[in-house]
Amino acid sequence: MIPAAIVFLYLAVVVYIGVFAFRKARGKEEVEDYFLASRSLGPFVFLMSLFGTNMTAFAILGSSGHAFNNGIVTYGLMASSSGLVIPLTIFFIGTRVWALGKRFGFITPVQLFRDRWECSHIGTVIFAVQAVLLLPYVIIGVMGGGTTLNVVSGGLVPYWMGGAVVALVVMSYVFFGGMRGTAWVNTFQTVLFLLFGSVAVIVIGWGMGGFRAAAEGLLASPNAFLLTREKVPPYYFFSYTFIPLSAIAFPHITIFCLTARRMGQFAKTVIFYPVCILAIWLPCVFLGVMANRAQDVPQIKAKVEARRTLAQQGRQMTPEQREVLREKADADDVLLLLLQRYAPLWLAGLLGAGIMAAVMATDSQILALSTMFTEDVLTHYGGRDRFGERAQVQMGRAFVVLLTALAYAIALRAPESIFSLAIQYAFSGFAALSPLLVAALFWKGSTRWGALVSTVWVAFAVVAVALFQAAVPAPAPGPPLVVSRLFGLDALARTAGGTAVFGFMPVVPMVLVSALLMLVVSALTPRPSAATIERYFPAGRTR
Amino acid sequence: MRRALLVLAVVALYVLHQDVWLWRTARPLVFGFVPIGLFYHACYSVAASLLMWLLVREAWPSHIEEEAKRDARPRPRTE
Repeated sequence: MIPAAIVFLYLAVVVYIGVFAFRKARGKEEVEDYFLASRSLGPFVFLMSLFGTNMTAFAILGSSGHAFNNGIVTYGLMASSSGLVIPLTIFFIGTRVWALGKRFGFITPVQLFRDRWECSHIGTVIFAVQAVLLLPYVIIGVMGGGTTLNVVSGGLVPYWMGGAVVALVVMSYVFFGGMRGTAWVNTFQTVLFLLFGSVAVIVIGWGMGGFRAAAEGLLASPNAFLLTREKVPPYYFFSYTFIPLSAIAFPHITIFCLTARRMGQFAKTVIFYPVCILAIWLPCVFLGVMANRAQDVPQIKAKVEARRTLAQQGRQMTPEQREVLREKADADDVLLLLLQRYAPLWLAGLLGAGIMAAVMATDSQILALSTMFTEDVLTHYGGRDRFGERAQVQMGRAFVVLLTALAYAIALRAPESIFSLAIQYAFSGFAALSPLLVAALFWKGSTRWGALVSTVWVAFAVVAVALFQAAVPAPAPGPPLVVSRLFGLDALARTAGGTAVFGFMPVVPMVLVSALLMLVVSALTPRPSAATIERYFPAGRTR
Repeated sequence: MRRALLVLAVVALYVLHQDVWLWRTARPLVFGFVPIGLFYHACYSVAASLLMWLLVREAWPSHIEEEAKRDARPRPRTE
């Protein structure tokens, strides 16, 4: 009960922050204030909030769960590659998006694309693809909230009520506070994440009697592979460096780049971003691996057993039997289990609040979808003059309510696995949309037709991978199931964790083909007018 | 020349992410419990931070900030 009380206290604080942001903005019913906090965020809030926006529930729960079953490779796959690629994209793309937003008054990336490539409906196609790829995050956030509140309260709060509480809390502070409220809440949440990692390591390490014995014990066990990367193909590892390209293409991140007061805010953000990743991911990954030694926790022991059975006997099983074992081996709750076993009750509550903070990172996606729908559809087609500033803000708020209610309704009815998979594809989809931003910002010769064909390719590829994985069941861990061979190579294969194209994850061909299509189609189609190109690439600029 | 060196530094760090030489070994355990492969990537994150510091210092796109300040256009009010 104590952990649940602390989590509810945390939720109350979060709502208060949203209401405080609303009171600060009172009288300013302006679009830029609600959707972009008047482009006025300072360096600390900008760094913490941008980082927190990127840290979904996966950063804490998913990373430790992935590390539990796959080992230390999780850090190299997802954290250190992001620590290089995301700051680079913010440095090169984020700063330019900010400057163009300042110069031309953009609020969404689609507004930039429409202006840059002199198009209207093609912008709507880009909006539609972005919105469809983003929606599963909102749904999974509500689901994660329901599950976490249920676990932290020891089952006292049922799933449906937990989901409703989280949906209501997120809706409230996004509704009232807009971007300012969301950024402040994200800053508060990020500080909690950062505290979470170090406190969790100390408490669990203490409880386990130190990590030296655990590490040596793991090395001497059949699970020693978890401390190396011997089971991970190097091509697969390399493919993961393409995934962080998705960060800057996510509309909520692109939109967030417009909120900085000065461009100098980006400097501190890109420098400290990799260190923030280190501070959160390293403890979570390490604890996830070490959890394999916590065999006195029955649920953890059952997960290790399920994984071993799957590896040893999976080949002889039916796909359904393998799926049952995979679900048993799923370890997203492993940190919660460690905390329940080793942390005192009050601390488990504080750490539960930290986990809630991660789960609730869905706020930025809700606000981004609301911003996009209001600006890219209603205002674009209805006319800015017809609605006026106040009406646009009200439409944005109404959309926040509608979207949250829709996400909650879906979360109650649909199985979580569908949306977990959708997110898996969405990362690749957004990574493959990143060439649009690069082309718009750096290449005079890019055209709307190039943008359209790239976007259609992304939509096609995401659907194709989803259909392929639905049609061909995942094999047992080990060699992939080769479906097609070309030039003596495995062209298309189904792996235990997804799909491989010539040994790479689908994200690699998706990004490369998207970039190639942008190049080829743009070269064959007419450029925007000279006046537009001059606005974006003023004569005399050297870079 | 300076720009070429910076590009080289970015490419080198990207390549160094693929640390195949530590693929199959856990030892030495740094501090007695951190596998060498994990320690390498923790150091990699610190190196990424240093690289970003270098880029900010040597290649900050101040010209676009100046353009933004010069051409800043408030969003047209409609009421």
